[in-house]
Amino acid sequence: MSRLQVVSGKGGTGKTTVAAALALALATEGRRTLLVEVEGRQGIAQLFETEALPYEERKIAVAPGGGEVYALAIDPELALLDYLQMFYKLGGAGRALKKLGAIDFATTVAPGLRDVLLTGKACEAVRRKDKQGRYAYDYVVMDAPPTGRITRFLNVNDEVAGLAKIGPIHNQAQAVMRVLKSRETAVHLVTLLEEMPVQETLDGVAELRAAKLPVGRIMVNMVRPALLGEPALALTRDTGVRPAVVEALAAAGIGSAKRLAGPLLTQAGEYAERYALERAQREQLAAAGLPLHELPLLTEGLDLSGLYTLAEELRRQGI
Amino acid sequence: MTLDPQAPLDVDPLLDDPATRIVVCCGSGGVGKTTTAAALGLRAAERGRKVVVLTIDPARRLAQSMGIDSLDNTPRRVKDIDDAAGGELHAMMLDMKRTFDEIVEAHADEERARAILSNPFYQSLSAGFAGTQEYMAMEKLGQLRSRDEWDLIVVDTPPSRSALDFLDAPTRLGSFLDGKLIRLLMAPAKVGGRAGMKFLNVGMSMMTGTLGKLLGGQLLRDVQTFVAAMDTTFGGFRTRADATYKLLQAPGTAFLVVAAPERDALREAAYFVERLAAERMPLAGLVLNRVHGSGAGRLSAERALAAAENLDERRIVDQTGGKEEVRTAPAPGSPAAAEAPSDPTIEQLTAGLLRLHAERMHVVAREQRTRDRFTALHPEVAVTEVAALPGDVHDLAGLRDIGHRLAAGGNPAGAS
Repeated sequence: MSRLQVVSGKGGTGKTTVAAALALALATEGRRTLLVEVEGRQGIAQLFETEALPYEERKIAVAPGGGEVYALAIDPELALLDYLQMFYKLGGAGRALKKLGAIDFATTVAPGLRDVLLTGKACEAVRRKDKQGRYAYDYVVMDAPPTGRITRFLNVNDEVAGLAKIGPIHNQAQAVMRVLKSRETAVHLVTLLEEMPVQETLDGVAELRAAKLPVGRIMVNMVRPALLGEPALALTRDTGVRPAVVEALAAAGIGSAKRLAGPLLTQAGEYAERYALERAQREQLAAAGLPLHELPLLTEGLDLSGLYTLAEELRRQGI
Repeated sequence: MTLDPQAPLDVDPLLDDPATRIVVCCGSGGVGKTTTAAALGLRAAERGRKVVVLTIDPARRLAQSMGIDSLDNTPRRVKDIDDAAGGELHAMMLDMKRTFDEIVEAHADEERARAILSNPFYQSLSAGFAGTQEYMAMEKLGQLRSRDEWDLIVVDTPPSRSALDFLDAPTRLGSFLDGKLIRLLMAPAKVGGRAGMKFLNVGMSMMTGTLGKLLGGQLLRDVQTFVAAMDTTFGGFRTRADATYKLLQAPGTAFLVVAAPERDALREAAYFVERLAAERMPLAGLVLNRVHGSGAGRLSAERALAAAENLDERRIVDQTGGKEEVRTAPAPGSPAAAEAPSDPTIEQLTAGLLRLHAERMHVVAREQRTRDRFTALHPEVAVTEVAALPGDVHDLAGLRDIGHRLAAGGNPAGAS
C-alpha cells in the first residue's frame, strides 16, 4: 500500500467521504494517518462534525484498535509563508509581502505555483520522521481536486517548468514530482455507477496514465443494494405477471393490493432499467483493469457512524 | 406540517416573458446544472424564443445531443428542434483560452498581440488561473448579450470547487490585474508620488528580490512584460469585471439555483441564495433535480417490509414442505398451506417489490427532510422539482422531457 493516497473523483461522487473513510480504514490497528484537504472547503470538518480546521495538524478521530486520524486543511497562503520562513527566515518581511499582495500573487495567480505548495506540504508529511527515525504518519490521504483537474494538479512539474525554470520553486517541484510519480503514491478515483461519472473516471485514468502518474484503485461509491434477483427481474418484464402479484400481495396482508400492484411493478421496471445501466457501467469500469471497490449507499444519509461503516467495509475489501 | 409550503416556481412564464434576457443556472457540481440549462434553452426555443445556451463543460453525450461536440467557441444552431412557434436554439461550449485569446486579438495590434500570446505567464494565466474560467464565462456572456442576436441567453456556470467562485472570480482576477502589486511591478515611480517614492523603491527592490529568488528572475520579468503589454492594450480589467457584474444585477437577468435533494447540495444552495441576496442579484427560484416519488406512497415502508417478511416465511414453509413432501401436515398458523400452493418465484418477486418500495419510501422521506430544512431557512424561495430519471439524457427528446418536468414540477399537483 502506497504511503501517499490521493483521492479524486467527479463532483458529487463523495470523494471527501471516501478519503475520510480510507484514512480511518488505514489507521486501524494502531496506525496513524493524516487526512489532508487542499481546496479550502472545510469538507473534512463537516464530515467529522467538528469546528473548522486551522492550518495545523490535529487529531480528529480514533480508529478501531487504537489508531489515530489527524487532519490538516492546507491553506496555500500560509503554506507559502511557512515555506518562506523555512528557507529564508523572512519574519516581518513575509507580512509585508502579504500586504502588497505578493502572496496572493504567488498562490492564486500562477496555479502551478499554488499546486506545488499544496502537494509539497503533503509530500513533506509523507517523508517526515520523528527522532527515532520512524515515519510521523503511516499514511497520508489527500482529498484532492476533482477528476477533471487532478492530472494538472499533480503534474506540477510540467506546469511549473514553463514558469519557473530555475530557483527554489523549480527545485521544490522536482522533489514533489519524484514522490508523486513513485510507488509511494497511488491516485484513486471515486465514481458512481452512472454514465457521466464513469466516463469522466475512464478519461481521468487515461490522462493520469499518459502523465505517468500512478493510478491506484477505482472506488465505486453509493452502490445501491440489489433488491431484486435475476429471476425476479426477468419476471417484471412479463406483463402477465400482475394478477399473480395482486394475489401474492393480498396473501401477504396488503390491503388494496389491486391498486398497489401497478405502481409497485412500475418501480420495479425503473429498478430494472437502472440495474441494466449499472451493469453496463460496471463492465466499462472493469475494462480499465484496476482494482475495483464498492461502497454501499447509506440510506439514512451520511453521518459519523456511517463513516466508520464505510471504513470497515474498506477493511473488509482488503484495504 | 404540510410538505409543500413554498411558492411554486413557474418556469414557463419566466421563459416566455420577453423581458427575461439572461437565465443563469448555478449550483454545486454534479447536480445536473448543465442538463438543466440545456433543457431550459430547448423549452424556451420551442416556445418561440431565439435562444443561445452557453455551456461550460458539458458531458460528451449531452453536447452531442445538441450537436455541439466540436470545440470552436462560437454558437452553433441546434437542428431538429420543433420550430413551429418560430423559435431558434443555438448552443456553444466555452473555450476559456480561446476567449481570452480573442480579447487580446481584438484589443491589441498584431505585433503586440503576438507578444502577449507567446508570453509564458499569459499562457499559464489563460489556461489555468483559478478564476479564468469564471471570468471568461462572464466575458462571453457580455459578448453574447451585446451582439443582441438572441433574445434569451441561458448560461451554465463553471464547476467550481464552490458555487461562490463564480461570483468572486471576476472581481478577483480584475483586482489582481489592477492591483497594487501589478502597478508596483510595472512602474513603481508612478504610485507613490515624490514622498512615497523612497519607501516604495526600498519595498520594491526587497520584494522583487524575494520574488525573484522564489520564482526565478525570468518569471518575474515575464510577469512584468506581460502586465505592461496588457495594460497598454486595454487597461481596466476591473472596469470590464464591474460591467459584467452589473449586467447580472440588471432587470432581465434571472438566477436559478440548481440542487439535488441531498444535504451537501442543498447546503450549498442555501449559501448561494444568501449570497445572491447580499449581492442584490435577482433569484428566480430553486430547481430541485432528481427528486424521488412513489405511485404507491400510501403504503408505508414499515408495512411493506412486514408484508415482505410474511411472504418470505410462507416461501420457507412452501419449500420445506416441498422437499419433505409433507403437504398433508401444514404448519399451524400458516395460511399458505391452507390455500392452493402459490408459485414461489411470484412470492419472491412480490417480496422484492415490497422491499424495493420500502427503500424508495426511505429515500422519499430523507429527501423530504432535507428539503424541509432548506424551506425552513428560505421559505421565500420558489421551488420546482424534477423527478429522478432512471437513465441519463442522450438526445433532444430527453431534454424536452426534462423541460416538461421543469415546467410541471413547480405545481405540487403535477408532481408524482
